[in-house]
Amino acid sequence: MPRDLAHLSDEALVALVARSDETALAELYDRFGRVAFGLARRILRDDALAEDAVQEGFLAAWRSASRFVPERAKASTWLLTLVHRRAVDLVRREERRRAESLAEELEPAGGATDEAVWLRYERERVQNALKRLPDQQREALELAYYGGFTQSELADRLGQPVGTIKSRMFTGLSRLRDLLAEPELDERTWRPTPSTS
Amino acid sequence: METDTIHELTAAYALDALDDAEVRRYEDHLAHCPRCREDLASFAEAASSLAYASAGPAPSPTLRTRILEQARSERPNVVPLRRRVTWIATAAAAAAACAALGLGLWAASLSRSLDRERGRQAAVAAVLGDPAARRFTLSSGHGSLVVARTGRAVLLVSGFQRAPSGKVYEAWVVQNGTPRRAGTFKKGQTAALLTTRVPQGAKVLVTQERAPGVDQPTSTPITGTQA
Repeated sequence: MPRDLAHLSDEALVALVARSDETALAELYDRFGRVAFGLARRILRDDALAEDAVQEGFLAAWRSASRFVPERAKASTWLLTLVHRRAVDLVRREERRRAESLAEELEPAGGATDEAVWLRYERERVQNALKRLPDQQREALELAYYGGFTQSELADRLGQPVGTIKSRMFTGLSRLRDLLAEPELDERTWRPTPSTS
Repeated sequence: METDTIHELTAAYALDALDDAEVRRYEDHLAHCPRCREDLASFAEAASSLAYASAGPAPSPTLRTRILEQARSERPNVVPLRRRVTWIATAAAAAAACAALGLGLWAASLSRSLDRERGRQAAVAAVLGDPAARRFTLSSGHGSLVVARTGRAVLLVSGFQRAPSGKVYEAWVVQNGTPRRAGTFKKGQTAALLTTRVPQGAKVLVTQERAPGVDQPTSTPITGTQA
Protein backbone atom coordinates (compact mmCIF):
# COMPACT_ATOMS: atom_id res chain seq x y z
CA MET A 1 0.00 0.00 0.00
CA PRO A 2 2.26 2.74 -1.24
CA ARG A 3 1.59 6.30 0.01
CA ASP A 4 -0.99 4.94 2.43
CA LEU A 5 0.48 7.21 5.12
CA ALA A 6 0.79 10.31 2.99
CA HIS A 7 -1.70 12.20 5.14
CA LEU A 8 0.25 11.80 8.37
CA SER A 9 2.55 14.47 9.75
CA ASP A 10 6.26 13.69 9.85
CA GLU A 11 6.02 13.53 13.63
CA ALA A 12 3.20 10.99 13.53
CA LEU A 13 5.28 8.89 11.15
CA VAL A 14 8.15 8.89 13.62
CA ALA A 15 5.74 7.72 16.30
CA LEU A 16 4.80 4.81 14.06
CA VAL A 17 8.46 4.11 13.31
CA ALA A 18 8.96 3.87 17.07
CA ARG A 19 6.49 0.99 16.95
CA SER A 20 8.54 -0.76 14.26
CA ASP A 21 6.17 0.19 11.46
CA GLU A 22 8.16 -0.33 8.26
CA THR A 23 5.66 1.40 6.02
CA ALA A 24 6.11 4.53 8.13
CA LEU A 25 9.87 4.27 7.68
CA ALA A 26 9.35 3.88 3.95
CA GLU A 27 7.14 6.96 3.90
CA LEU A 28 9.76 8.97 5.79
CA TYR A 29 12.32 7.83 3.28
CA ASP A 30 10.09 8.84 0.39
CA ARG A 31 9.77 12.30 1.91
CA PHE A 32 13.35 12.93 2.95
CA GLY A 33 15.55 10.35 1.25
CA ARG A 34 16.33 12.64 -1.64
CA VAL A 35 17.20 15.63 0.53
CA ALA A 36 19.30 13.40 2.74
CA PHE A 37 21.14 11.94 -0.22
CA GLY A 38 21.77 15.36 -1.75
CA LEU A 39 23.23 16.51 1.54
CA ALA A 40 25.39 13.42 2.08
CA ARG A 41 26.64 13.58 -1.50
CA ARG A 42 27.65 17.19 -1.13
CA ILE A 43 29.60 16.36 2.01
CA LEU A 44 31.14 13.10 0.81
CA ARG A 45 31.42 13.74 -2.94
CA ASP A 46 30.92 10.06 -3.59
CA ASP A 47 27.63 8.34 -4.36
CA ALA A 48 28.38 5.05 -2.63
CA LEU A 49 29.58 6.71 0.56
CA ALA A 50 26.64 9.09 0.47
CA GLU A 51 24.27 6.13 0.26
CA ASP A 52 26.01 4.57 3.25
CA ALA A 53 25.51 7.76 5.25
CA VAL A 54 21.83 7.93 4.32
CA GLN A 55 21.33 4.28 5.17
CA GLU A 56 23.02 4.63 8.55
CA GLY A 57 21.08 7.80 9.29
CA PHE A 58 17.72 6.23 8.54
CA LEU A 59 18.59 3.12 10.50
CA ALA A 60 19.63 5.29 13.43
CA ALA A 61 16.17 6.85 13.18
CA TRP A 62 14.62 3.38 13.10
CA ARG A 63 16.46 2.38 16.25
CA SER A 64 16.00 5.54 18.24
CA ALA A 65 12.57 6.80 17.16
CA SER A 66 11.15 6.07 20.58
CA ARG A 67 13.44 8.74 22.00
CA PHE A 68 12.27 11.41 19.62
CA VAL A 69 10.59 14.28 21.46
CA PRO A 70 8.12 15.92 19.07
CA GLU A 71 7.69 18.98 21.28
CA ARG A 72 11.33 19.85 20.90
CA ALA A 73 12.04 19.42 17.22
CA LYS A 74 10.51 18.81 13.87
CA ALA A 75 10.93 15.23 12.73
CA SER A 76 12.69 16.47 9.58
CA THR A 77 15.28 18.30 11.69
CA TRP A 78 15.89 15.20 13.75
CA LEU A 79 16.20 12.93 10.73
CA LEU A 80 18.46 15.24 8.76
CA THR A 81 20.60 15.74 11.86
CA LEU A 82 21.08 11.98 12.08
CA VAL A 83 22.08 11.74 8.42
CA HIS A 84 24.34 14.78 8.62
CA ARG A 85 26.13 13.34 11.62
CA ARG A 86 26.80 10.07 9.80
CA ALA A 87 28.06 11.88 6.72
CA VAL A 88 30.37 14.08 8.77
CA ASP A 89 31.68 11.09 10.72
CA LEU A 90 32.39 9.33 7.43
CA VAL A 91 34.08 12.28 5.82
CA ARG A 92 36.31 12.74 8.82
CA ARG A 93 37.17 9.07 8.85
CA GLU A 94 37.75 8.92 5.12
CA GLU A 95 39.61 12.20 4.95
CA ARG A 96 37.72 12.81 1.76
CA ARG A 97 36.50 16.31 2.18
CA ARG A 98 39.66 18.12 1.39
CA ALA A 99 38.47 19.35 -1.92
CA GLU A 100 39.25 23.02 -2.14
CA SER A 101 36.07 24.09 -3.80
CA LEU A 102 32.80 23.60 -2.04
CA ALA A 103 30.83 25.27 -4.76
CA GLU A 104 27.76 23.17 -5.20
CA GLU A 105 27.05 21.48 -8.45
CA LEU A 106 23.85 23.03 -9.61
CA GLU A 107 21.53 20.78 -11.45
CA PRO A 108 18.07 21.47 -12.65
CA ALA A 109 15.66 19.95 -10.19
CA GLY A 110 13.86 17.21 -12.03
CA GLY A 111 10.61 15.46 -11.44
CA ALA A 112 7.09 16.73 -11.33
CA THR A 113 5.87 15.19 -8.11
CA ASP A 114 4.61 17.26 -5.23
CA GLU A 115 7.80 16.51 -3.38
CA ALA A 116 9.91 17.95 -6.13
CA VAL A 117 7.90 21.16 -6.01
CA TRP A 118 8.26 21.65 -2.29
CA LEU A 119 11.90 20.61 -2.47
CA ARG A 120 12.67 23.20 -5.09
CA TYR A 121 10.77 25.81 -3.12
CA GLU A 122 12.64 24.92 0.04
CA ARG A 123 15.97 24.98 -1.75
CA GLU A 124 15.40 28.44 -3.16
CA ARG A 125 14.22 29.70 0.18
CA VAL A 126 17.37 28.49 1.95
CA GLN A 127 19.68 29.61 -0.85
CA ASN A 128 18.16 33.08 -0.77
CA ALA A 129 18.58 33.30 2.97
CA LEU A 130 22.21 32.17 2.66
CA LYS A 131 22.91 34.86 0.07
CA ARG A 132 21.80 37.49 2.52
CA LEU A 133 24.43 36.54 5.10
CA PRO A 134 27.73 38.42 5.26
CA ASP A 135 30.38 36.50 3.30
CA GLN A 136 32.46 35.45 6.30
CA GLN A 137 29.48 34.08 8.16
CA ARG A 138 28.20 32.20 5.13
CA GLU A 139 31.65 30.77 4.55
CA ALA A 140 31.90 29.54 8.13
CA LEU A 141 28.47 27.89 7.97
CA GLU A 142 29.10 26.25 4.61
CA LEU A 143 32.53 24.94 5.46
CA ALA A 144 31.29 23.55 8.74
CA TYR A 145 28.02 22.06 7.52
CA TYR A 146 28.95 20.90 4.02
CA GLY A 147 32.68 20.54 4.54
CA GLY A 148 32.54 18.63 7.78
CA PHE A 149 35.30 20.74 9.29
CA THR A 150 35.48 21.23 13.04
CA GLN A 151 35.80 24.75 14.35
CA SER A 152 39.48 24.16 15.13
CA GLU A 153 40.16 22.89 11.62
CA LEU A 154 38.33 25.89 10.23
CA ALA A 155 40.42 28.21 12.34
CA ASP A 156 43.59 26.66 10.89
CA ARG A 157 42.28 26.71 7.38
CA LEU A 158 41.14 30.32 7.51
CA GLY A 159 44.03 31.56 9.62
CA GLN A 160 41.73 32.93 12.32
CA PRO A 161 41.48 32.36 16.08
CA VAL A 162 38.96 29.66 17.09
CA GLY A 163 36.98 32.31 18.95
CA THR A 164 36.46 34.24 15.73
CA ILE A 165 35.22 31.16 13.90
CA LYS A 166 32.92 30.30 16.76
CA SER A 167 31.43 33.80 16.71
CA ARG A 168 30.94 33.73 12.94
CA MET A 169 29.08 30.45 13.19
CA PHE A 170 26.97 31.67 16.09
CA THR A 171 26.06 34.99 14.48
CA GLY A 172 25.60 33.44 11.06
CA LEU A 173 23.34 30.65 12.27
CA SER A 174 21.28 33.08 14.40
CA ARG A 175 20.81 35.28 11.38
CA LEU A 176 19.96 32.39 9.11
CA ARG A 177 17.36 31.23 11.61
CA ASP A 178 15.79 34.68 11.70
CA LEU A 179 15.80 35.01 7.91
CA LEU A 180 14.11 31.63 7.55
CA ALA A 181 11.50 32.62 10.11
CA GLU A 182 10.32 35.64 8.12
CA PRO A 183 6.54 35.75 7.82
CA GLU A 184 6.05 34.71 4.19
CA LEU A 185 8.13 31.68 4.93
CA ASP A 186 5.50 29.88 6.93
CA GLU A 187 6.79 26.41 7.70
CA ARG A 188 3.53 24.84 6.67
CA THR A 189 3.68 26.05 3.09
CA TRP A 190 6.16 23.38 2.14
CA ARG A 191 3.82 20.55 2.94
CA PRO A 192 3.17 18.41 -0.10
CA THR A 193 -0.55 19.04 -0.28
CA PRO A 194 -2.42 19.14 -3.56
CA SER A 195 -3.33 22.78 -2.95
CA THR A 196 0.33 23.84 -3.10
CA SER A 197 0.87 25.51 -6.43
CA MET B 1 35.49 27.08 30.24
CA GLU B 2 33.95 30.48 30.49
CA THR B 3 30.16 30.43 30.42
CA ASP B 4 29.56 32.82 27.53
CA THR B 5 32.02 30.88 25.47
CA ILE B 6 30.27 27.60 26.03
CA HIS B 7 26.89 29.12 25.17
CA GLU B 8 28.41 30.14 21.88
CA LEU B 9 29.23 26.53 21.13
CA THR B 10 25.54 25.90 20.54
CA ALA B 11 25.89 26.91 16.89
CA ALA B 12 28.97 24.77 16.32
CA TYR B 13 27.24 21.85 18.00
CA ALA B 14 24.17 22.24 15.80
CA LEU B 15 26.43 22.32 12.74
CA ASP B 16 28.37 19.22 13.89
CA ALA B 17 31.54 21.30 13.98
CA LEU B 18 32.89 20.15 17.34
CA ASP B 19 35.42 17.42 17.96
CA ASP B 20 34.58 14.56 20.31
CA ALA B 21 35.99 16.16 23.45
CA GLU B 22 34.14 19.41 22.76
CA VAL B 23 30.91 17.49 22.14
CA ARG B 24 31.17 15.80 25.53
CA ARG B 25 31.87 19.06 27.31
CA TYR B 26 29.03 20.83 25.58
CA GLU B 27 26.54 18.04 26.28
CA ASP B 28 27.47 18.11 29.96
CA HIS B 29 26.72 21.80 29.92
CA LEU B 30 23.49 21.34 27.97
CA ALA B 31 22.08 19.02 30.60
CA HIS B 32 21.74 21.89 33.05
CA CYS B 33 21.43 24.94 30.81
CA PRO B 34 17.85 25.72 29.75
CA ARG B 35 19.03 28.67 27.67
CA CYS B 36 21.24 26.46 25.54
CA ARG B 37 18.50 23.90 25.10
CA GLU B 38 16.19 26.63 23.92
CA ASP B 39 18.82 27.95 21.51
CA LEU B 40 19.71 24.50 20.33
CA ALA B 41 16.17 23.70 19.27
CA SER B 42 16.07 26.64 16.87
CA PHE B 43 19.72 26.35 15.82
CA ALA B 44 19.33 22.69 14.96
CA GLU B 45 16.35 23.55 12.80
CA ALA B 46 18.25 26.33 11.02
CA ALA B 47 21.29 24.09 10.52
CA SER B 48 19.27 21.22 9.10
CA SER B 49 17.54 23.58 6.70
CA LEU B 50 20.95 23.89 5.03
CA ALA B 51 20.39 20.35 3.82
CA TYR B 52 17.78 21.63 1.39
CA ALA B 53 20.22 23.98 -0.34
CA SER B 54 21.92 21.08 -2.13
CA ALA B 55 20.41 20.05 -5.43
CA GLY B 56 21.29 16.66 -6.76
CA PRO B 57 20.14 13.47 -8.38
CA ALA B 58 17.89 11.00 -6.64
CA PRO B 59 19.61 8.10 -4.87
CA SER B 60 19.48 4.73 -6.57
CA PRO B 61 16.23 2.83 -5.97
CA THR B 62 18.19 0.00 -4.34
CA LEU B 63 19.02 2.28 -1.41
CA ARG B 64 15.38 2.33 -0.34
CA THR B 65 15.20 -1.45 -0.56
CA ARG B 66 18.41 -1.85 1.41
CA ILE B 67 17.27 0.41 4.21
CA LEU B 68 13.91 -1.33 4.55
CA GLU B 69 15.46 -4.79 4.47
CA GLN B 70 17.99 -3.87 7.09
CA ALA B 71 15.30 -2.31 9.27
CA ARG B 72 13.17 -5.43 8.96
CA SER B 73 16.07 -7.61 9.98
CA GLU B 74 16.50 -5.54 13.13
CA ARG B 75 12.94 -5.84 14.33
CA PRO B 76 11.81 -5.52 17.03
CA ASN B 77 13.30 -2.12 17.75
CA VAL B 78 16.08 -2.27 20.23
CA VAL B 79 17.46 0.97 21.54
CA PRO B 80 21.21 0.56 21.48
CA LEU B 81 23.52 2.43 23.78
CA ARG B 82 25.51 4.89 21.82
CA ARG B 83 28.58 6.69 22.95
CA ARG B 84 27.56 9.91 21.32
CA VAL B 85 23.95 10.50 22.23
CA THR B 86 21.80 12.66 20.04
CA TRP B 87 21.01 16.08 21.39
CA ILE B 88 17.37 15.13 21.59
CA ALA B 89 18.13 12.25 23.89
CA THR B 90 20.29 14.58 25.93
CA ALA B 91 17.46 17.04 26.14
CA ALA B 92 15.08 14.32 27.26
CA ALA B 93 17.51 13.26 29.95
CA ALA B 94 17.81 16.87 31.00
CA ALA B 95 14.04 17.13 31.17
CA ALA B 96 13.94 14.19 33.51
CA ALA B 97 16.69 15.75 35.60
CA CYS B 98 14.80 19.03 35.84
CA ALA B 99 11.60 17.29 36.80
CA ALA B 100 13.43 15.35 39.47
CA LEU B 101 14.75 18.58 40.94
CA GLY B 102 11.33 20.18 40.76
CA LEU B 103 12.73 23.11 38.81
CA GLY B 104 10.16 22.94 36.05
CA LEU B 105 12.46 24.94 33.78
CA TRP B 106 12.16 22.53 30.97
CA ALA B 107 8.39 22.40 31.22
CA ALA B 108 8.26 26.20 31.12
CA SER B 109 10.38 26.37 28.00
CA LEU B 110 8.21 23.69 26.49
CA SER B 111 4.94 25.46 26.90
CA ARG B 112 6.34 28.65 25.40
CA SER B 113 7.40 26.94 22.26
CA LEU B 114 4.37 24.79 21.92
CA ASP B 115 1.84 26.20 19.54
CA ARG B 116 -1.55 24.65 19.11
CA GLU B 117 -0.87 22.66 16.00
CA ARG B 118 2.34 21.23 17.38
CA GLY B 119 0.42 20.32 20.50
CA ARG B 120 -2.23 18.54 18.47
CA GLN B 121 0.39 16.73 16.48
CA ALA B 122 2.23 15.77 19.61
CA ALA B 123 -1.00 14.35 21.01
CA VAL B 124 -1.52 12.35 17.83
CA ALA B 125 2.06 11.16 18.02
CA ALA B 126 1.61 10.18 21.67
CA VAL B 127 -1.43 8.05 20.84
CA LEU B 128 0.23 6.42 17.86
CA GLY B 129 3.44 5.96 19.81
CA ASP B 130 1.87 4.27 22.82
CA PRO B 131 3.19 0.70 22.72
CA ALA B 132 0.04 -0.47 24.52
CA ALA B 133 -2.33 1.23 22.07
CA ARG B 134 -5.02 -0.93 20.50
CA ARG B 135 -5.92 -0.74 16.85
CA PHE B 136 -9.38 -1.43 15.39
CA THR B 137 -10.29 -1.64 11.74
CA LEU B 138 -12.98 0.73 10.52
CA SER B 139 -15.79 -0.76 8.47
CA SER B 140 -15.84 -0.44 4.68
CA GLY B 141 -12.05 -0.19 4.50
CA HIS B 142 -11.97 3.35 5.83
CA GLY B 143 -8.82 2.98 7.87
CA SER B 144 -8.47 2.35 11.57
CA LEU B 145 -9.00 3.62 15.07
CA VAL B 146 -6.05 3.67 17.46
CA VAL B 147 -6.85 3.91 21.16
CA ALA B 148 -4.06 4.60 23.64
CA ARG B 149 -4.01 3.23 27.15
CA THR B 150 -5.30 6.60 28.33
CA GLY B 151 -8.41 6.35 26.15
CA ARG B 152 -7.14 9.15 23.89
CA ALA B 153 -7.85 8.03 20.37
CA VAL B 154 -6.93 8.86 16.78
CA LEU B 155 -8.97 8.01 13.71
CA LEU B 156 -6.72 7.21 10.78
CA VAL B 157 -9.27 7.65 8.04
CA SER B 158 -8.79 7.10 4.36
CA GLY B 159 -10.87 6.62 1.27
CA PHE B 160 -13.33 9.43 2.00
CA GLN B 161 -14.06 12.24 -0.40
CA ARG B 162 -13.24 15.63 1.01
CA ALA B 163 -16.40 16.82 2.79
CA PRO B 164 -18.45 18.99 0.44
CA SER B 165 -18.77 22.69 1.11
CA GLY B 166 -20.92 23.38 4.16
CA LYS B 167 -20.44 19.84 5.46
CA VAL B 168 -18.04 18.11 7.82
CA TYR B 169 -17.41 14.59 8.98
CA GLU B 170 -18.24 14.23 12.62
CA ALA B 171 -16.98 11.49 14.92
CA TRP B 172 -19.08 10.07 17.75
CA VAL B 173 -18.25 7.96 20.75
CA VAL B 174 -21.32 5.88 21.56
CA GLN B 175 -21.68 4.31 24.96
CA ASN B 176 -24.88 2.73 26.32
CA GLY B 177 -26.66 3.94 23.22
CA THR B 178 -25.75 7.58 23.83
CA PRO B 179 -23.59 9.31 21.22
CA ARG B 180 -21.13 11.96 22.36
CA ARG B 181 -19.46 14.43 20.03
CA ALA B 182 -15.84 13.54 19.38
CA GLY B 183 -14.68 16.12 16.86
CA THR B 184 -14.97 16.96 13.18
CA PHE B 185 -12.75 16.82 10.14
CA LYS B 186 -13.01 17.83 6.50
CA LYS B 187 -10.32 15.86 4.75
CA GLY B 188 -10.86 12.39 3.34
CA GLN B 189 -7.43 11.27 4.48
CA THR B 190 -6.34 12.42 7.89
CA ALA B 191 -5.31 11.57 11.41
CA ALA B 192 -8.14 12.97 13.52
CA LEU B 193 -7.55 13.25 17.24
CA LEU B 194 -10.83 12.53 18.99
CA THR B 195 -11.92 15.13 21.52
CA THR B 196 -13.65 12.49 23.63
CA ARG B 197 -11.92 9.54 25.22
CA VAL B 198 -12.91 6.10 24.06
CA PRO B 199 -13.77 3.65 26.85
CA GLN B 200 -13.42 -0.06 26.24
CA GLY B 201 -16.43 -1.48 24.46
CA ALA B 202 -17.64 1.89 23.17
CA LYS B 203 -18.49 2.35 19.52
CA VAL B 204 -16.90 5.02 17.39
CA LEU B 205 -18.93 6.19 14.40
CA VAL B 206 -18.47 8.79 11.68
CA THR B 207 -21.36 10.63 10.04
CA GLN B 208 -21.53 13.51 7.61
CA GLU B 209 -23.10 16.60 9.15
CA ARG B 210 -23.73 20.25 8.54
CA ALA B 211 -20.66 22.42 9.28
CA PRO B 212 -19.42 23.24 11.84
CA GLY B 213 -20.90 20.11 13.41
CA VAL B 214 -24.07 19.19 15.25
CA ASP B 215 -24.97 17.94 18.73
CA GLN B 216 -26.64 14.69 17.66
CA PRO B 217 -25.95 12.53 14.62
CA THR B 218 -28.57 13.09 11.91
CA SER B 219 -27.42 10.66 9.24
CA THR B 220 -26.45 7.04 8.76
CA PRO B 221 -22.88 6.33 9.84
CA ILE B 222 -20.40 6.09 6.98
CA THR B 223 -18.02 3.95 8.94
CA GLY B 224 -17.34 2.85 12.47
CA THR B 225 -15.93 0.23 14.81
CA GLN B 226 -16.23 -1.09 18.31
CA ALA B 227 -13.34 -0.53 20.68
